[in-house]
Amino acid sequence: METYELIVNGRPMEVTTDPGTPLLWVLREELKMTGTKYGCGIAACGACTVHLGGIPTRSCVVPISLVGGRPVVTIEGIGRDPVGRVVQDAWVSHDVVQCGYCQSGQILTAVALLKAIPKPTDADVEQSMGGNLCRCATYVRIREAIKIASGQVK
Amino acid sequence: MKALVLKALRHTWRLAALALLLAGPSSRTASAQAAASPDRSSRTDSRTARVEGLAAWDQIYSVLTHPRCINCHTATNYPQQGDDRHRHFANVVRGAEGKGVAALQCVSCHQEANADTTGVPGARGWHLAPLSLRWQDRSNRILSSAQVCRAITDRSKNHDLDGPGLLKHHTEEPLVLWAFQPGRGIDGRPRTLLPLTHEQFVEATRRWVEVGMPCPQGR
Repeated sequence: METYELIVNGRPMEVTTDPGTPLLWVLREELKMTGTKYGCGIAACGACTVHLGGIPTRSCVVPISLVGGRPVVTIEGIGRDPVGRVVQDAWVSHDVVQCGYCQSGQILTAVALLKAIPKPTDADVEQSMGGNLCRCATYVRIREAIKIASGQVK
Repeated sequence: MKALVLKALRHTWRLAALALLLAGPSSRTASAQAAASPDRSSRTDSRTARVEGLAAWDQIYSVLTHPRCINCHTATNYPQQGDDRHRHFANVVRGAEGKGVAALQCVSCHQEANADTTGVPGARGWHLAPLSLRWQDRSNRILSSAQVCRAITDRSKNHDLDGPGLLKHHTEEPLVLWAFQPGRGIDGRPRTLLPLTHEQFVEATRRWVEVGMPCPQGR
């Protein structure tokens, strides 16, 4: 067991756990932040996406020992980011969610996309969001919400 | 009859002696020739060096075209994975700089070290090699030894690396080093290793560079 100091959603935190424990399980089990979801466990679905040092990251495959000092942002904190706020508002206004299980990962990925490319093309959306699966097939509404949000990102 | 044979022998010896005189140095032994002719000696050395260089290149080629290397030296718009070189899962794509796209980057999963508890390989700066350094054709066939050699020695394709530059790349580049320490896969088993150790690979590269980086002829 090792002790790690983390910065999650701007707050310093400390956890003591096995170095190989994925960040996802540290967030959910140690820090009780259950907004980030377990989907496939092999980085194939995107449900567990968080921002790690500003990069959208599959938390299910990143051991806590490799996080280092990079700040972590989860669905619980993304609304404090201006782009995150715009995306969440677009999600709500466009009623994107069906079952909702994958949506925290979808939103974290969409925010990263709009931070990098404020006015993405359809191809940009397809390529960046292509690794986030939705079994309810809300893909059309996700794309539309991203387009709505892109018009509001400053 | 005996006199006739002796006469014929004397005639043969005379012809042989005449030939010896006319031929001069060319009738000397091979080693004497080499000592007396610097050009021929250097040609022999050059041939030997080329043979040795090509043998070293064969070793290098066996590494470059192993799945641990070629999976990121693809001709495709995506990386490959596994010993069967199948398409990388999760719809990941190459992106403009070979690092993925804005919100689905290589480093979205691949960290600076192997994550053996989750099976994701990692090293600093995980990315695809540029298309100019692809080791396969568009039909997923591995390029020939001559084709790979021509590409890797072409400074318009290899980030302007000369021989020492290539040796340094093979010695220090984090992704090259990773290929020799590829960690465990998602099933927990160690990934298949390259046919050489890193030390052997660097030594083969050094020998190849020292003799002028010869490439096999042909297509």
